[in-house]
Amino acid sequence: MTRERRLSWINGLLMPFLNVLTAFIATAIVFVLIGVDPIEATKILIYGALGYDEGLGYTLYYATNFVFTGLAVAVAFHAGLFNIGGEGQAYVGGLGTALVALYLNPALSAWIVIPLAISGGLLFGALWAIIPAYLQAYRGSHIVITTIMFNFLASALMVYVLVNVLREVGEMSPESGDFIKASWLPFVHDVFASFGYKIAKSPLNLSILVALFFSGLVWFFLWHTRWGYAIRAVGKSNDAAIYGGINPKKVIVITMCISGALAGLVGINELMGVQHRLFLNFNYGYGFGGIAVALMGRNHPVGILIAAFLFGILYQGGAELDFELQNVSRDIVVVMQGLVILFCGGLEYLYRPILIRFLAPIEGTE
Amino acid sequence: MSDIFLNAVLTLDASVRVCIPLIFASMAGLFAERSGVVDIGLEGKLLMSAFIAASAAAVFGSPWIGLLAGIFASSVLAMVHGFASITYKGNQIVSGVAINILAAGLTMILSLAWFKKAGITPTLKNDQRFLSIDFPGLELIDHIPVLGVIYRELISGHNILVYLAFAIVPMVWWVVYRTRFGLRLRAVGENPKAVDTAGISVESLRYKALLIGGILCGIGGVYLATAYNAQFVKDMTAGSGFIALAALIFGKWHPYKVLAACFLFAFLDAISIRLQGIIIPGVGEIPVQLIEATPYILTIILLAGFIGKAVPPKASAQPYIKEL
Repeated sequence: MTRERRLSWINGLLMPFLNVLTAFIATAIVFVLIGVDPIEATKILIYGALGYDEGLGYTLYYATNFVFTGLAVAVAFHAGLFNIGGEGQAYVGGLGTALVALYLNPALSAWIVIPLAISGGLLFGALWAIIPAYLQAYRGSHIVITTIMFNFLASALMVYVLVNVLREVGEMSPESGDFIKASWLPFVHDVFASFGYKIAKSPLNLSILVALFFSGLVWFFLWHTRWGYAIRAVGKSNDAAIYGGINPKKVIVITMCISGALAGLVGINELMGVQHRLFLNFNYGYGFGGIAVALMGRNHPVGILIAAFLFGILYQGGAELDFELQNVSRDIVVVMQGLVILFCGGLEYLYRPILIRFLAPIEGTE
Repeated sequence: MSDIFLNAVLTLDASVRVCIPLIFASMAGLFAERSGVVDIGLEGKLLMSAFIAASAAAVFGSPWIGLLAGIFASSVLAMVHGFASITYKGNQIVSGVAINILAAGLTMILSLAWFKKAGITPTLKNDQRFLSIDFPGLELIDHIPVLGVIYRELISGHNILVYLAFAIVPMVWWVVYRTRFGLRLRAVGENPKAVDTAGISVESLRYKALLIGGILCGIGGVYLATAYNAQFVKDMTAGSGFIALAALIFGKWHPYKVLAACFLFAFLDAISIRLQGIIIPGVGEIPVQLIEATPYILTIILLAGFIGKAVPPKASAQPYIKEL
């Protein structure tokens, strides 16, 4: 093995693995502190998430959301931008989807309505990212602060729209009416049933294919197109990118639009796939979860798919824990998310000094 | 007329109450950011401190133990942030986000484990809380028309943490602008290399700044749970930490200007509740959400440089790496 190759293994796999492991150990300690046997909890969690059809369906359904927000954060990371606004972009993206799915002519074919509703989500997600992007690129306002502010603006906007505009006359709860039938994404169990296979009902729907499609697209875009190259170049070195004839300002705006658009797809899964109406806080927690997923998946689509699946397991398994054990609620998943972000993100270099000490002598012998 | 006046005073009084956690959190952020460490985790520290303070006050029966416990909890999180972003030179924003999410989760998990209810602590009795103090001479001044109301509602009748908050702002100003520590703090946020060259430890300065921030943020959380309210409730900070961050930027990292921004944002909050459903002639009904969103909108406009320019300390968000 050459030195470069060995280093890339250490940086790309060994360190992230140790970091994730540390996050899990820390979670186990939390379990012990609240008087729950971590091994028993893990068993319940894994069985609840993977042990039977319905559980697996839920796991994949949650994972779908995390793929979208994870990809969103990752694309921005590649340009050196920290998009903390996934929460808001997902929320407003849902509005875009809902507007198409509520007001399009119900007689239209699903083949026209579904792509349009998906585009609505992409467009509105991108729109919610474009102002912070512009301000970062052309006015030097820090993207982290502006996207945080835009998260709060998104929730204010959505409460207003749901209460004052989309709520149906005579309804109490702030939610829209039902989407037109043609916009409903089929459930996976219905698709299977139409081929004669019977599987348990779950909210898993064809959005998962959309998620896989966009994972592939992001991979192709980042590593095999001119624009993807420009994004990565800006992320690595602004000056070098300028020298190479790339306009970083333009790249920042475009990257953030792509990032926001991807986050805007959460609504596809939640609204077109499952609820078929727009309601408050459908996006809750997925935007921030996407940060954990992107960090854990090392900003690579394959890593993100794995990390999203893991977080799907945690979400579904966490619900099961809530049900089975008295002392734990599903918020343990939130704790775990925090720990993953801490150990895979903030403390990403935790093991570097130790690894250097142990591996440097081996290097020296060659 | 006197009704309008009383209402105005009461609105100001409500603003003062809302303003307090913002003051503590934004002063905390001021120390961190002046030292070159971005602190997105204000929200999480407020929340964690509120929860631990409410728990400790309920269990041990004293608000003062609650105060110490809250300060301790918030300081621990501040040190975690320091450990990641100073010692291990990690991404400060990522670490701050981690602290926010961790606090949101831990408060839920621990409340269930300790009190068998997720996201809520036992209601505090009066002797477990910081209660309002009535100033002397209230009966005497109360009869004087305008002054009486102002004295009764606005000046007297707050709890000790409120007065502490207003006392802390000039203290922060004095520490930052009139002490050796303050000079070094400002220097390390602008040019850590110069500070290092002068033989002063960048890391230790930044740790100290974060610790002060942890303590201040802790008091803010204690106020929320044991003075403003009588228990911890799920997500009770409701974005105060981020509003404080906005106030910090809006006040351009200067204690008095930040105080003014805190008060402005708190006033908007107080007025948004009072304006609900009221139709203003010629304008119509102002959506509550619009008023609630105003602090964020103002901060964005300021950040964009359309009304003045907010320039953060130069070295903020950059870990300091000593060259060998």
